[in-house]
Amino acid sequence: MNLEQETRNDIVILYVKEERLDAHNSVDLKAAVQKLFEEGKKNVLVDLKEVRFIDSSGLGALVSGFKNAISHQGNLKLSSLQSQVKSMFELTRLHRVFEIFPSASEAVENFQ
Amino acid sequence: MEGNAIEVDIKVPNKTRYLSLIGRIGEDIARELERYSGDRETLAYHLNLVLTEAMVNAIKHAGPKEPEKLVRIVITIRLDDLTIRVYDDGQGFDINSIQPPNFEELEDRGRGIFLIRSLMDSVSYRKNCKENILEMKKKLV
Repeated sequence: MNLEQETRNDIVILYVKEERLDAHNSVDLKAAVQKLFEEGKKNVLVDLKEVRFIDSSGLGALVSGFKNAISHQGNLKLSSLQSQVKSMFELTRLHRVFEIFPSASEAVENFQ
Repeated sequence: MEGNAIEVDIKVPNKTRYLSLIGRIGEDIARELERYSGDRETLAYHLNLVLTEAMVNAIKHAGPKEPEKLVRIVITIRLDDLTIRVYDDGQGFDINSIQPPNFEELEDRGRGIFLIRSLMDSVSYRKNCKENILEMKKKLV
């Protein structure tokens, strides 16, 4: 999976540079998030700007990351969801679980 | 597309790398429908999603591993409805025993069949003499 990583103010931003987040590649995202929390990072933002399509496995990988954050006393937030992707969060009620921001910059401000 | 039924019969290796190919076929069908008056881009996403979820389901339930194992997907498009059938030759499962996800508990898994049921008008999973068939129907009016 194509992931880009940037650190701003102690927040690690993972940019998912894929059109699809599905059962084929979501294990990579799950592993990358897990690794960050295990390394001791506390604040992780997953930016989905380029993701046009998400399936139940993609949602599951993000839920796994969220639970990982809780167990490490950290935070995992999301940014830049395309409308169809956002509707999948709504259908599965996961929009009530995640903090979702319109852009990475707005999310970064919120971590402070 | 003209009024007569169109049938698309696809066989692909049971590997997740083919999910995007199958999903894209669903999107193309949604965009080509002759008479559909709803939101085509939403329908395109939904067909992409149910095909993706159904194929993952077939891969999970596939029989003993063989390199040439295939998943067969048949999409039938008629004037007023669309039917997707996905075939697997595994042990199968009882679709009626699958409960909707518990929204109060955060599980990593268990949303696939829920999504299919939410987006299609009818869903069944049955066994014939040699394989299981997941059948999903959607009205196009």
